[in-house]
Amino acid sequence: MDLIMIRDVKKTYKTGTTAIYDLNLNIKKGEFMFIIGSTGCGKSTLIKMLYREEKPTSGKIIVGGLDVGKIRNRKVYKLRRKIGVVFQDYLLLPNLTAYENVAYALEVLGLPKEEIHTKVMKVLDLVGLKNKAKQYPNHLSGGEQQRVAIARAIVNGPKILICDEPTGNLDPKTSMEIMEVLEAINELGTTIIMVTHDIDIVKKLKKRVVLLDSGRVVKDYKAGEYKNEKL
Amino acid sequence: MKSFRILNRNIRDSFKSVFRNFSLSLASVSCTTITLIVVSLSIMLSLNVNNFTDIIEKNVTAVAFLDSDIEPEQIEKIYDKILTLDNIECGDVINKYCENVQPMDKMTISKEMMDSSDVLKRVMGEWDREESPIQDTIQVKVVDINLMSKTAKEIEQIDGVDIVKYGAGTIEKLVSTFVVVRKISIVAVIALVIVTAFLIANTIKITIMSRRKEIEIMRLVGASNINIRLPFIFEGLILGILGSIIPIIISIYGYTTIYNHLDGHVITPLIKLIPPTPFVYYISLAIVVIGMVVGMFASARAVRKYLKI
Repeated sequence: MDLIMIRDVKKTYKTGTTAIYDLNLNIKKGEFMFIIGSTGCGKSTLIKMLYREEKPTSGKIIVGGLDVGKIRNRKVYKLRRKIGVVFQDYLLLPNLTAYENVAYALEVLGLPKEEIHTKVMKVLDLVGLKNKAKQYPNHLSGGEQQRVAIARAIVNGPKILICDEPTGNLDPKTSMEIMEVLEAINELGTTIIMVTHDIDIVKKLKKRVVLLDSGRVVKDYKAGEYKNEKL
Repeated sequence: MKSFRILNRNIRDSFKSVFRNFSLSLASVSCTTITLIVVSLSIMLSLNVNNFTDIIEKNVTAVAFLDSDIEPEQIEKIYDKILTLDNIECGDVINKYCENVQPMDKMTISKEMMDSSDVLKRVMGEWDREESPIQDTIQVKVVDINLMSKTAKEIEQIDGVDIVKYGAGTIEKLVSTFVVVRKISIVAVIALVIVTAFLIANTIKITIMSRRKEIEIMRLVGASNINIRLPFIFEGLILGILGSIIPIIISIYGYTTIYNHLDGHVITPLIKLIPPTPFVYYISLAIVVIGMVVGMFASARAVRKYLKI
């Protein structure tokens, strides 16, 4: 059974620009998939539709059994609890510590304090930041901040982790460290969809790669098939 | 239990973020304070103007001059007829006479006049009831001042009434002036409240816009819309309450001081001020309610903008 099913999806913005044309894609549970393509090819629009930041103009997107296009605005949170999202610019709250930033995701769900503590410490351990729990974001390096963002995205155990260029602001070495963290998360059963421009990472990890161009899927490489494609 | 925990967290976070975003909170509170002071002053002024016009209206008196040859027993009959008129309200008639309808015997009037002047005493002292050119009168206060001319005509038609004087022309002018003054004061207060609402709303909106990122994160981690809104609504409420503290202090102490200093009236004893208790407490309540409601709505509206997709 596919965890994500995208059928004949088209997205046209109010400005008249069409970002996605008749897109079809199936993503299995536990898969690790890269979405690559040149700037403006529709990568970001595609993943924004997955977590319902954008609505498809036509077609159907099913995520974990939920028809994304039909979810009402006030019910979007139900989808968001199944999905973790990580961005290039980390999106951390500067006045909260690493621990508080991660705990924030559980506090809004109304979990008891003890449970929050256990879960937060567990994910901080997983991303290798257990000893920096009390640090504020501006005292952490870019890689560490991204780890906090990843920890926050996975702390409530989402089925899917969407990463929008998570290594975009990081040097190659730190980028690889982040990828190791993501691989570890994937091994625990979380489906990962990652948008990236970093071909070195794509080549090194040998995962499924979807190449987008002008809002269409031009190639869908199985794990290990992708060699070197110019973007 | 879970909802209670979320609510508890929302309230706690609202307090925290008021202090965390101190400079913006201070801007919101200052703006609220200044505008609420203006609103408070205008409400107090408007209510005092209304109170003053009410007092004046209630004290406008018509005087019915009775025929010169009228007998004292006839005065009683006229008096009773006046009491039956529509625009005269007496409530309980104490000691036979109604507070709003007072007969004045011509000899009593003469005595009062003679007491005030020696010349009058010399001239009038020789007149008995038959000779006196002074007329017996009945003073009448009406319920609705707008119907004064109609009531005056009705009194004039009673047998034994010579003429009714009530300052025709002047009264109409006074009434129409009061209507205009009241309308202006009400419109001014409403306009000020609306302007205040916009000012406070905009300041709070800016405070919330600066925390767009926070809202974005809340949405991403799966907080429901109501859970995102609640802390901001509480925060608006807190800012509103904080902003109303100084206006309330100014209203209570300022008004009481002015009232005591002026002995409860302005210029003449006719223009009476409303006594401070419980007036200032009602004003304070109105101020805090305006602050709270505007704060809450402004926050709720500002956040709503970021919850739409």
